[in-house]
Amino acid sequence: MQLELRNVCKKVGNDFHISDVSLIFEPGTLNILLGPTLAGKTSLMRLMAGLDQPSSGTVHFGGQDVTGVKVQKRNVAMVYQQFINYPNLSVFENIASPLRIAKIPADEIKERVAKVASLLKLENMLSRSPQELSGGQQQRTALARALAKEADLVLLDEPLANLDYKLREELREELPRIFAETGSIFVYATTEPSEALLLGGSTASLHEGKVTQFGSTIDVFSRPQNLITAQILSDPPLNILPVTKLNNRMLYKSHVEIPLLGQLPQLPDDDYTIGFRPHHLYLERMSEKAIGVKAKVVVTEITGSESYIHIDVAGVRWVLLAPGIHNLDVHETIEIFMDPDQFYVFDRNDLLVVTPESAAAAGGTK
Amino acid sequence: MIEKQINQKAWFMVLPVFLLVAFSAIIPLMTVVNYSVQDTFGNNQFFWVGMDWFRELIHSERFHDAFLRQIMFSGIILSIEIPLGIVIALAMPKEGWGVPVCLISMALPLLIPWNVVGTIWQIFGRVDIGLLGHSLAALGIDYNYTQEPIAAWLTIIAMDVWHWTSLVVLLSYAGLCSIPDAYYQAAKIDGASRLSVFRYIQLPKMQRVLLIAVLLRFMDSFMIYTEPFVITGGGPGNSTTFMSIDLVKMAIGQFDLGPAAAMSLIYFLVILLLCWIFYTIMSNVGEESSNGGV
Amino acid sequence: MANITLKDIAHSYTGVSDNPDDYALKKLNLTWRDGGAYALLGPSGCGKTTLLNIISGLLVPTKGQVLFDDEDVTKLPTEHRNIAQIFQFPVIYDTMTVFQNLAFPLKNRGRTKEEIEPRVIELAKMLGLEKDLHTKAQHLTADAKQKISLGRGLIRQSVNAILFDEPLTVIDPQLKWELRSQLKYLHKQFGFTMIYVTHDQTEALTFANEVIVMYEGEIVQVGTPEALFERPEHTFVGYFIGSPGMNICPCELRGDRITVEGHEIVLDRTYPPQQSNSKIELGIRPEYLSLAQPGEPGLPVKIIKASDVGRHMVIRVALNNREFNVVTSDFEGMTKDKATLIIDTAHANIYANDHLITGEKA
Repeated sequence: MQLELRNVCKKVGNDFHISDVSLIFEPGTLNILLGPTLAGKTSLMRLMAGLDQPSSGTVHFGGQDVTGVKVQKRNVAMVYQQFINYPNLSVFENIASPLRIAKIPADEIKERVAKVASLLKLENMLSRSPQELSGGQQQRTALARALAKEADLVLLDEPLANLDYKLREELREELPRIFAETGSIFVYATTEPSEALLLGGSTASLHEGKVTQFGSTIDVFSRPQNLITAQILSDPPLNILPVTKLNNRMLYKSHVEIPLLGQLPQLPDDDYTIGFRPHHLYLERMSEKAIGVKAKVVVTEITGSESYIHIDVAGVRWVLLAPGIHNLDVHETIEIFMDPDQFYVFDRNDLLVVTPESAAAAGGTK
Repeated sequence: MIEKQINQKAWFMVLPVFLLVAFSAIIPLMTVVNYSVQDTFGNNQFFWVGMDWFRELIHSERFHDAFLRQIMFSGIILSIEIPLGIVIALAMPKEGWGVPVCLISMALPLLIPWNVVGTIWQIFGRVDIGLLGHSLAALGIDYNYTQEPIAAWLTIIAMDVWHWTSLVVLLSYAGLCSIPDAYYQAAKIDGASRLSVFRYIQLPKMQRVLLIAVLLRFMDSFMIYTEPFVITGGGPGNSTTFMSIDLVKMAIGQFDLGPAAAMSLIYFLVILLLCWIFYTIMSNVGEESSNGGV
Repeated sequence: MANITLKDIAHSYTGVSDNPDDYALKKLNLTWRDGGAYALLGPSGCGKTTLLNIISGLLVPTKGQVLFDDEDVTKLPTEHRNIAQIFQFPVIYDTMTVFQNLAFPLKNRGRTKEEIEPRVIELAKMLGLEKDLHTKAQHLTADAKQKISLGRGLIRQSVNAILFDEPLTVIDPQLKWELRSQLKYLHKQFGFTMIYVTHDQTEALTFANEVIVMYEGEIVQVGTPEALFERPEHTFVGYFIGSPGMNICPCELRGDRITVEGHEIVLDRTYPPQQSNSKIELGIRPEYLSLAQPGEPGLPVKIIKASDVGRHMVIRVALNNREFNVVTSDFEGMTKDKATLIIDTAHANIYANDHLITGEKA
C-alpha cells in the first residue's frame, strides 16, 4: 500500500509548520526525513500517522483518501526517541501488546513475537522486564513492538538519538536488513546526514516545513538541487563562497579572483554561490587545475586518522578534511587548494547550475 | 486544495452536557438575574424595580463592610498560606522514607469535610472544654472567640491555614520535584547562595503551580461559608460576617430575595474580575520573563 | 589553576563493599595536568560520569583521595573547589538576561560592577553572544543556551578545571561543528584544564589532546587520538574508536606469521610466543584494508555489501565466515561478488587475551 501526501499544509496560528508537501512513499521502502530541529520532521510524521489533521491537502493510503481517519483506525506503528515500553510487562508482553489489542489468537502471537524477537536479537530477553535491559535493548523492544504489529506504515522519530554512539552504529547497520524483511513503508526522521547515508534508502530533506528535495539518499547527497539541500546533507558543513561573475572574471568580495576553470566559463554573468565539501579541500596541490588560496588556521581537530582544519579565508570560515595527522598552529597562514571539478555552483536563487563531474558520473552509474 | 471537512455530528455529542449545564447553571443564574430586578411582597407577586437593588446595595454600608471583611480575610489567608506552603514544601525531603510520611500527613487535612473542620475548631477553641481555648485561658490569655472579634478572626484564620496550607504545599512540592538536579549542581558551582537558588531557580520554576495555588485559594477563601458559619455564625456582632454569610442572612434570614439576588450577582462578578486580575498579573510576570528585551 | 590528581579512587553507590562488582568505578590513579584538554570516553554505564562527579565534588568517592596540587579536596564541597561544569542540557537562569546569567558567578563571589562588566562583554564577544546580551536567556536557541552555560564556566579567571558532561547532546549536527571548534579555540585562549565526558568518539578525539577510554569502571587506555587509532591497547578500544571500528579476528601466531582462516599472512614484526591457551587475535582498521580484483595475491573474499556513505564506501566482505569492514574510496570496477583482500601489515596489531602485544621490527 502506497502512502501519498498531496499538497499537505499544517498551519498553527500564523505559522506554517508544514507547507505544501507532496510525497509518495512506495511499500517496502525506507524513507528518511532529514533536517535540523524544528524543520518539521515530527509534524510531518504526525500528519502521516493521523495524529494531526492537515490544514489543507490530503493524505492517501493505498489509493484511498484517509485524511480524516483517526490514528486508531489506521494500521500505523510509531517508535520514538525516548524508549517507550510498558514498565510492568515483560519484553514478550510488550512486543505482544498490539497483537493482544487486535485480538490475534495466542498461537499466532507466539509465532509473530518469536519472529521479530529473533530479527532484533531479543530471544533471550523475552521474560525480562524492560527496566532490566540496557538502552539499546529497550529501544530494540520498542522497535520489535512496532514490527510485530505488521503495520502498513512504521514511523521512527529519531529512534537512535538517545543511544550510545557505538550502539547507534550497530543498529544502523542492522536496520536496513530488518526493514527489508518486512513489506511496510518505513519513515525515519533524523538530524544527521551521516545516519541517512548509512541507512541508504530515499531521503526527503526538510527545511522550515518544506521538502527541498526527495530522491535516493546518495543521489540527494551527490546532486543536491539547491543550496539548502546541499547544506542539510553535509556534515561537516558545506564550505561556501559567494562570488560574482562579470566580464569573464569571477570575484569574491570584488578582490579575490577565482580562475574560470571546469564548467565555470560557460556561466552567464551574475551572482553565484560556490559550494564544496570539506574533503574536497586539500593541503597539497593535487592536480594542474587546482586553485590555491591563502588561509589562516583557526582550529585543528584530529580524529586519529584524519584532521579537520578549520580555516579563515578572507573572512569566510571553511573546514578542510585531510587524511593523516596535521598539527597546525593557530593563526598560521597556509596555502590550501580547491578543485574546480568538485564545485557545486548555485545561482542567485540558490538553485544548482553546475554539478561536479564526479557526482554526475557517480549518479550516472547508479 | 481540499479544505478539511467539518463534521457536524459532534454537536449532538455535546448536547447532553449542554443541557446539564443549562439546568444546573444557566437557568438558576437567570432566575437570580430575574429576581435581582424585581421586588415582591410575598404571594408570588413581583414588580419591576430595574437597577434599584444594585444601586442601593452598592451604596449600603452593610455591603461595604462585608466586602471589606471578605477582601481582608482572603488577603490574610493568601499572605500566610502561600509563603508558608512554599517554606514547608522546600523543607520536605526529596527522597527516602520521609516522602510518603510527609505527603500523607499533608494530605490529611484536605480529606476532612468543611463542616467537620468547622466543628473541630469550634470545640477546639472553646474555653470550657476545648484544648486550645482551655490551655490559653489557663495561661492567663484572655481568649474567647464568641465574645471578641479579634479572637474570632484569629480562630477562623488559624483554621483555614490548618485546613488549606497543605494544598499549597502539595502543589509547590510537585513544582519543586520537577526541577532537574543539574540546576542545583550548576548553582552550587556558580557559588549561588541558598536565597539565590530560591530566587532564580526554584521560584521561576514553581511559577505555574503557584498561579494555580493562588487562584484556587483565592476563590475558595473568597467564597468561604461553612466553617465560619459553624464556628462563629458570623459573630460576635457582625465581625466575621463574610459576604457569603451575609448573603444567606439576607436571602433566607430576612427573605429579601431582590437585594440578595443583586448581591449574588455582584459577588459573582467580583470573583470573576479578581480572578481575571490575578491571572493576568501572574501570567504577565511569566510573559515578561519569556518575552525578553529590557 | 592546579594539577588534579586522583589517588586510588574507587566508588560504589552502595557504600564500602568487598565485592568488586559493586564498584561503579574500580581503583584508578590519574593525573590531569594544568591546562590540558582531556576527554573521558566510554559507553554508558562505564563510570565516566561518576568520575566526573568525583572531580567536581558532587560525589565523595568511597575510597581514595582527590588532590588539587597537593591539597586534599576529597571532602570539600563543590562550591569551594573552584570548578565549573557544563551539563548535557543547558542550564540557564530563566528570569535573567544573558548578561545577568554570565555575571552571576562573579556577582555571587562579591565582585564589583566595574570588574564584572568588561569581563562579561569581552566573553560575550568571544562566544558570539554580544547581540543578545540584554535578552532574556530562556528565549534563545539550544546552542545559544549551551554557550551561556559554557560562558558561566569561563567567566571566572581562576577555575581549576571546566568539566563537560556530554554538552552537545541537544545540538544539531551542523551546529556541533561550530560549537566544538569554538570550544577548542577558547581552550587555547584561556588555558583552563578541560575535561570532556562523552560516548561519541568524534567529539572526544577532536576535542582532546589526551583521551581516557573507560570500560566497565576501569581505564583501558590513556593516549593521544593518534595512539588510540593506530595502536589500541585493548580490543575494546579498537572496537570503540573508529567508525566502523577495528576488525578483530581470531588467528594463530608463529613468530612473524599469522594464520587467518587457513591463510598465512607475513607480518613486519616478530612476536614472542604466547601461552598456548591464550586467545590470539588480529586487529586491523578498515582504513588499512583494501580490495583488489579476484585472483591477485591476498585473501580471497566474498563481497557481502557495499554502502556508499558519501565521502567513501564501506564494503563488507567475508573470508569464509569471518566478516571484515573495508573503507575505501576506490571501488570502481569491482563488479563481481568476489575480490581479493589486502592487509596493510604495517598497521596490523596482535592481541593476546584482548591486550596488545608488541613485536620486534623484523
